Amino acid sequence: MPAGHGVEAATQDPAGISGWLDHPPRMGFFTDTSVCIGCKACEVACKEWNQVPEDGLNLTGMSFDNTAGLGADTWRHVAFIERAETDSDAGFRWLMSSDVCKHCTEAACLDVCPTGAIFRTEFGTVVVQEDVCNGCGYCVPACPYGVLDKREGDGRIFKCTLCYDRLSDGQEPACAKACPTDSIQFGPLDELRERAQGKLDQLVEAGHPGAQLYGADPGDGVGGAGAFFLLLDEPEVYGLPPDPVVTTRHLGEMWRSAGLAAAALGAGIIGAFVGSRR
Amino acid sequence: MNQTRITTEGLTNARPGREAPPGSGRPTGSADRERRRGSRRRRPAEAFRSYYGLPVLNPPVWEAREIAGYFFLGGLAGASSVVAAIAQRTGQRSVVAPAKVAAAGAVTLSLAALVKDLGRPTRALNMLRVLKPTSPMSVGTWVLSCYAPAAIGAAGSELTGLLPAVGATATGVAAALGPAVASYTAVLISDTAVPAWHDARREMPAVFVSSAASAAAGVGLLACRDSDAIPLRRLAIGSAAAEIVAEQVMERRLDPAVAKAYHEPKPEKLLRASRTLSAFGAAVALLAGHHRVGRRVAGTALIAASALTRFGIFHAGMASARDPEATIGPQRARLAS
Repeated sequence: MPAGHGVEAATQDPAGISGWLDHPPRMGFFTDTSVCIGCKACEVACKEWNQVPEDGLNLTGMSFDNTAGLGADTWRHVAFIERAETDSDAGFRWLMSSDVCKHCTEAACLDVCPTGAIFRTEFGTVVVQEDVCNGCGYCVPACPYGVLDKREGDGRIFKCTLCYDRLSDGQEPACAKACPTDSIQFGPLDELRERAQGKLDQLVEAGHPGAQLYGADPGDGVGGAGAFFLLLDEPEVYGLPPDPVVTTRHLGEMWRSAGLAAAALGAGIIGAFVGSRR
Repeated sequence: MNQTRITTEGLTNARPGREAPPGSGRPTGSADRERRRGSRRRRPAEAFRSYYGLPVLNPPVWEAREIAGYFFLGGLAGASSVVAAIAQRTGQRSVVAPAKVAAAGAVTLSLAALVKDLGRPTRALNMLRVLKPTSPMSVGTWVLSCYAPAAIGAAGSELTGLLPAVGATATGVAAALGPAVASYTAVLISDTAVPAWHDARREMPAVFVSSAASAAAGVGLLACRDSDAIPLRRLAIGSAAAEIVAEQVMERRLDPAVAKAYHEPKPEKLLRASRTLSAFGAAVALLAGHHRVGRRVAGTALIAASALTRFGIFHAGMASARDPEATIGPQRARLAS
C-alpha cells in the first residue's frame, strides 16, 4: 500500500475505489449546528430505528448534555455548550450540535479492521458488519474522533451505519428524518457541500466570525468527511479534534521504522554471539 | 407564532427555516444588533479549549494484562527464537533448548491472551478471513500464524529429538520471523489515534525490539552454563542500555502535551521501575555474570524490566487517550504553524 493512502486513496469516490462498479452517488450528512435547537429528536430516532440499547441513565452535572459522547450505544450525540459571553443579552451563549460518525473518505477504522468486518458501502459510507466483528477493538483507538466503542455485555463494536438499511430502501436516515429544524440534512455529498458553503457565506456576512465548516474539505487529514458540520466556534469546543489525520497515512513510515528495528535486533543478537564460536 | 400569509403571489412573511442565521429571531432592534456586532471582540487566545474536559478519543478497550502482557511475551518469544538459532550455530548448547522452550511457551500464552481479549473469543478465526496490508493487526496475525507452529515445532523437536530435519527447518523459520513478531506490535499500537503511541511512532519499534532482546537475554542468562555466558552477557548489557536510551529518546521527542502521559503516576512508576531494573540487570551481568547466581539475578531483573516497559507504555497510551489536551494541543499547534 503506498504511503500516504489507506485502502481509500484520496479520492472522492470511496465506493468506486472499494470495488463498487455501479454505485449510487456518495451520500452523507450536513449537520448545520446554527439551527440546532438541542431537542435530541435525532438521538431518540436513532435509538428507536436501530434498536440501540440504553446508554446509561446518568446526569453528567456539566450541562443539559447527559449523553456525554458517541459510543457503542450512542450513535448521535447532541452537545450543549454553555459559555459565558459578556457581549450577549443573556450573559451567556448556547451552542448545540448533533455529533455523529464522520464516514471518512480515508477511514482509519476500516483500514485497521483485521477481520474485514468494517466495510465501505455502495453509498460511500462506513459500516461494521455485526455478524463478522469479533470485538478485537482495534478500530476504537484508531478513530481520531472517538466514534466507535465496544458494547458492554456483547463484546462487539458498534457505530452509526448512516441507516444503511433505510438507504438501501430509498429512505433518509432516521435522525435526519426526525430533525425538526433541518439541522441534520441528508443527501448526495456534493450537493450538501455546495449548500453548506452557501449557508457559511450567509453567516459570515451576518457577522458570525467563528462560523466554519468542519470536515467539508477533501484536502483535510481524512480526505473529507461524509458527515460534515457547520460550527459556530472552534471544533474542540464541540469535542471535535481540530485537525485529525487518519493514522494509516503514516503506516509506511511506521513499517520502515519497524523494519530497521527488526534488522537491528537480528544484527544485535548475531553481534553478541560473533567471536564466541568455540 | 407563524405569521406566514398564503397569497395568490405565493407565501409572504415566510420564516427562513433552516436558512435562518443565529440571532435573527431576537426581539431587539436591528440597530442594537449592529452595535453589538461591532463591539464583538475576538476571544482572547486561551491556552486550550475542550468540551467540558471530556476526552476526544474513545480509549482502547484492551486489557493491560492480556495486551501489554502479549507485547512482552511476543517480544520475548521472537527474540528468543533468534537467540536459539544463533546459539545453535555458534555452539552455546546450554542456551538452545531453554530459548526454544521459552519461545514456544511465550507464544502459546500469547495466543491464549489474544483470544481471551477479543469481545467474541469464539470468532477468533475471523482474523484469518482476510489479509489486510493496511491493518498491522491483520499482518501480525498472519505472521504469528506462521511463527507459532514453527516455534512450537522447534521446541518439540529439540526436547524429544524427533524429526530433526523438521526441527531444523522450524528453528530457521522461527528465527526468520522472530524479529517481525517482536517489532510489529510497535506498529500496531502506533497505528492508532492515541497521541502517546502515534506520535512516538518513529522510536516505538526501537523500544520494543530492545525490550524484546533484553527479555531474551534474560532467559538465556537464567539457563546458560558458565562457558556459554559471554555472548548472553554482551546481549544483556547492550539491549538493556538500548532499552533505556530508546525509551528516553522517545519520551523526549514528544510534544510536552503528549509526553505528560508518560509521567502520569502509573506509567511513570512502571517505567521508572523498568529503567532501574534494566540498569541493575546490566550492571549485575557485567560484574557478576560469571557466577551462576549473578546471572540468575541479572536475568530475572531484565525479564521483569522488559515486561514493565510494555505495561508502562500501555498505560501511558491509555492516559493520553483520556486526555483531551494531548489530542487537541498538538493539532491546534499544527494549525497555527
